[in-house]
Amino acid sequence: MAAKKGLETWQEITLGNMVFRPGSAAEYKTGSWRAKKPIFTKTKCIKCGVCFIYCPEGCIIQDEQGCFEADLDYCKGCGICSAECWPGAIDMVEEG
Amino acid sequence: MVEIRWHGRGGQGAVTSVELLALAAIEEGKFGQGFPSFGPERRGAPVIAFNRVANERIKIKSGIYNPDVVVVLDETLIGIVNVTDGLKSDGKLIVNTTKSPGEVKEQLKFKGAVATVDATKIAREELGVPITNTTMLGALIKVTGLVDLKSAKNPVEHRFGRLAQRNLNALSRAFKEVSTN
Amino acid sequence: MAKRVGMEIALAAAEAVALCKPDVVAAYPITPNTHIPEHLSDLVAEGKLDAEFICVESEHSALSACIGASAAGARAFTATSSQGLLYMGEVMPVVSGMRLPVVMAIGNRALSAPINIWNDHSDIMSQRDMGWISIFASNGQEVVDMMIQAFKIAEDREVMLPINVNLDGFQLTHVVEAMLFPSQKEVEKFLPDYKPFAQVHPDSVVSMGTLGLPEYYAESLKARDEAMKGSKKVIVRTWKEWEKIFGRLYEPVMKYRTEGAEALLVTMGSMGETAEAAIDEMRSKGMPVGLVKLVLWRPFPFEEIRAAVKGCRSLVVMDRAVSFGACGPVAAEVRSALYDQPDAPAIVSEIIGLGGRDVLVQDFVALAEKGLKAKKGKQTEEYEIYGVRGS
Repeated sequence: MAAKKGLETWQEITLGNMVFRPGSAAEYKTGSWRAKKPIFTKTKCIKCGVCFIYCPEGCIIQDEQGCFEADLDYCKGCGICSAECWPGAIDMVEEG
Repeated sequence: MVEIRWHGRGGQGAVTSVELLALAAIEEGKFGQGFPSFGPERRGAPVIAFNRVANERIKIKSGIYNPDVVVVLDETLIGIVNVTDGLKSDGKLIVNTTKSPGEVKEQLKFKGAVATVDATKIAREELGVPITNTTMLGALIKVTGLVDLKSAKNPVEHRFGRLAQRNLNALSRAFKEVSTN
Repeated sequence: MAKRVGMEIALAAAEAVALCKPDVVAAYPITPNTHIPEHLSDLVAEGKLDAEFICVESEHSALSACIGASAAGARAFTATSSQGLLYMGEVMPVVSGMRLPVVMAIGNRALSAPINIWNDHSDIMSQRDMGWISIFASNGQEVVDMMIQAFKIAEDREVMLPINVNLDGFQLTHVVEAMLFPSQKEVEKFLPDYKPFAQVHPDSVVSMGTLGLPEYYAESLKARDEAMKGSKKVIVRTWKEWEKIFGRLYEPVMKYRTEGAEALLVTMGSMGETAEAAIDEMRSKGMPVGLVKLVLWRPFPFEEIRAAVKGCRSLVVMDRAVSFGACGPVAAEVRSALYDQPDAPAIVSEIIGLGGRDVLVQDFVALAEKGLKAKKGKQTEEYEIYGVRGS
């Protein structure tokens, strides 16, 4: 069996696998799961924030002008933002 | 060790009887065990409950099939259930009835000792309701001498609170009025 | 010396739990355990116990509420029986995996179908591998003592595992007998306040119930298994401490008149008491028989069982549950404990007392006699369901 090196032993892992370090989920980058990525067209964006609200990954961020874009380190490419954006400012395009 | 089976109907307090007798025995430093016929209880249906009383620790946790004593809280059960089933031939049968011990002996063709008391009358007069469990406990204490009459006081008071004195009166009256053959 | 108090054992279990001052009791009624949470809810309602009694809508919720309570740092208790325990099944391994020291009383009852409210051990056997410590009581006094010991064992930092204390439905739950109760002061001295390892609280940073990826899952289970095996040391230590204070000794395996015995009965739960009476009867006739009572079911006391049966010629293991298509669960464990032992005794697996079928003194006598006749290495049957009509 392939045992990865550098990970904690059974003696070292925390009781009940409790996690005491806040924000550790951010280390796990889910961007590699993506087959399509969202492209935000700022000229169509009305800054309503619907994409921000609906993103299940919480990876949409607002820029200085008030428009939105996805943090591609975490965006899984689910396309919900694109489906919910009623002005049609978000297009899903193939990766690559 | 003395083993006892109580016959009653759901709601007549057979389970309370076995609890009170067990507690009275424990009160005296003896060993008492009380348990219902394991299973669902339905008001009015024939029910049974059991006691073991001994001077040494009671280990047996199984049911009682050959009791030394049978107590019948409700005369109308006779004929519906076989109250003498498994009762030792030299055992004691104590029945709530207006009949004499001789009449019950004849009716049930039982060879052992029979005692009778009109517990329903006593309960009606002392408690105002025909619930005969504490009354029949008085008769049992008299007939078997298993525990002292005084030992029933604390358990009855603990169980019945405000109604304790009336129950104790019924218990004492049955103790006096029970007749044996 | 404390006075012996007569009480229904289920109520006594509740009184013992109340002495441990649980913060949360969450339970859903099911025969025959019902009187335990019912009495605890009485004590809360009467102001005698300062606890939150959560009337949940199912056993699944009862145990889930205990998880929440325990994770928040509360001492949590629940009780159930039969299908109720099975309904908790989904949550059972979560409690042990999250290493929450929840204590549960199980009024053991058979499983449906056919529907049956009476005693056997099918319920707990179905939850055997959920990572809970399992202890069996054989009388009212043991129930009282074990309920209190359970909190101390579960909450020990070396253990941090949930415990179920098993008391046979009706045969124990509904019996009135005399017991000794420790005082509140004595319990407080024996059982310190619960100090949680971590608390889900706005002021603390902790995630509980996390995902275990393949890289971590096996290590997590290994840690839980080591805690389970290691708990035996803590259990024995706790029992010794109890004996020092209260004079009543508990051991993972209790022996009764085993000296010079050729055949031994092995029981778990309330059968052990009646079996003692049977052994007394047979010994008075000069028959070389004895009894071994299994108190600790998980972790299984392998060494202790080997030591207890050393020198005997045969064992009759009495199981109160069927593992369909295999011998009884206790017999399987005992066989595996003795398999590679030199001069291991013959092992007879008898399944008995199912669904409230009474086990009488004469049944124990008959089985001990069968044990005396058993020959080493030559069992005619893997196991038998005893006393069944038509066989």
